[in-house]
Amino acid sequence: MNVPDDLLYTESHEWIKREGDKIRVGITDHAQAELTDVVFVELPKVDRQANAKEAIAVVESVKAASDIYAPVKGSVVEANKTLEADPGLINREPFGQGWLFVMKLDNPDDLKNLKDAAAYKKQIGG
Amino acid sequence: MIQDQKKTTLYAEHVKLGAKMVPFGGWLMPVQYTSIIEEHQAVRKNIGIFDISHMGQLIVEGKDAHNWLNTMLTNNVDKLEIDQGQYTFLLNDKGGVIDDLIAYRIGDAKFLLVVNASRADEDLDWLEKHLDGDVKIESRSANFGGVAIQGPRIAELFPDLPARNHIADRDFEGIPISIARTGYTGEDGVEVFFHNSDADEFWKAVLEKGKAVGLKPCGLGSRDTLRLEMCYPLNGSDLSPERNPIEAGLGFFVDLTKSEFIGRDVLVKTKENGPRERLVPFKMKDKGPPPRPHYSVFENGERIGEVTSGTLSPSLNWGVGMAYVSAPHAKIGTEIDIEIRGQKFPATIEKKPLYKKRSTADTAATTAL
Repeated sequence: MNVPDDLLYTESHEWIKREGDKIRVGITDHAQAELTDVVFVELPKVDRQANAKEAIAVVESVKAASDIYAPVKGSVVEANKTLEADPGLINREPFGQGWLFVMKLDNPDDLKNLKDAAAYKKQIGG
Repeated sequence: MIQDQKKTTLYAEHVKLGAKMVPFGGWLMPVQYTSIIEEHQAVRKNIGIFDISHMGQLIVEGKDAHNWLNTMLTNNVDKLEIDQGQYTFLLNDKGGVIDDLIAYRIGDAKFLLVVNASRADEDLDWLEKHLDGDVKIESRSANFGGVAIQGPRIAELFPDLPARNHIADRDFEGIPISIARTGYTGEDGVEVFFHNSDADEFWKAVLEKGKAVGLKPCGLGSRDTLRLEMCYPLNGSDLSPERNPIEAGLGFFVDLTKSEFIGRDVLVKTKENGPRERLVPFKMKDKGPPPRPHYSVFENGERIGEVTSGTLSPSLNWGVGMAYVSAPHAKIGTEIDIEIRGQKFPATIEKKPLYKKRSTADTAATTAL
């Protein structure tokens, strides 16, 4: 399973890419494989404030709906509207075009609470 | 726990093919090999093979087997010729569904009951408890496996198909099998039963021969979306000990002209008074989140029922489902709302099935579940 070294991760299978004072968030390759074919995505509204581990998006496969959590405290500045027309991007390019949303961090130090690639690999038994 | 789940005789084959294995009805089963949607389409367009070895296989035999089964099951065994099967129900005293199954008459006084994995033990207990006369019942589940092979290209794999709902003994590349023209997908197809010792060889032989007709191994994920498009019920979701077949809209498989069978009195009353709730198929009005089991159903702001099955239909690329709603609201065409994460989404009560083949070449039609 692909776990890029330059990203951070959560226990709930989101990946986080730091972009200055913002982060880009998606779900991991492992998560998309577990979910199976994604058929619907409910994105967070721009400007939504969220605490760490707050459910702010929903990814639905044929079989089930799964919550997606804000990795850290902050506000949503962008959501990937492309997914509304093509939710399968999450399966095809989980770390690329399949990203979910961008958040502005309240406190960049919060990123210290996230896992690095090695820790996440260990979690998923890779 | 995963460790407590039973493995079918084909388990190693699934793992070899990279299947994602999940617990289902006490068994570790493939939910998908590559993609639920791809597997679903393979069955609609070409052909797919499903492991159904987890299902229970009960043999009922004896001079009184025929008459006794007629007191245990809702459908009428009198209608069966030798080598013919019928969809039927095993009910509790309240008329609720213990299980839905196919009863095949495989001899003059011999029957094969193919039952749901999760209910196999309960079915056997119930039947044994009610044994009467010269009847013997025995589970052959531990020694027999099975697969469903479903799709419009079935005749290219098995040119010598039995008639619809019939079962026959055949030889496939030297392997002895029982082949029944039944299924759970709405496509033409078969369910094949074999000794565990022949399982791997048969599975591999079908996969090999199937390459030429686009055959794909398919998991429980697509089995569920295929059956839901046809509005075939799933026991445990759409059927339960608290629901009877009349409420579920399956009165066709209940013969109330029989003088006696367990649950009959309740069904007669339900039929006379009309059921309080009915199981209805519905389709979402707009593209949006797919409906799921347990979502609430509303009409004009009033809660009228609950979703029992729901998904995104791969054939329609649209949200569909089935729900029990209070009977006065159960008319085809009724506009309803499905509540999804606190928000109401409009839907319409539809006619069965939710998906119909457009092709006129579809002469084989569907099997009786």
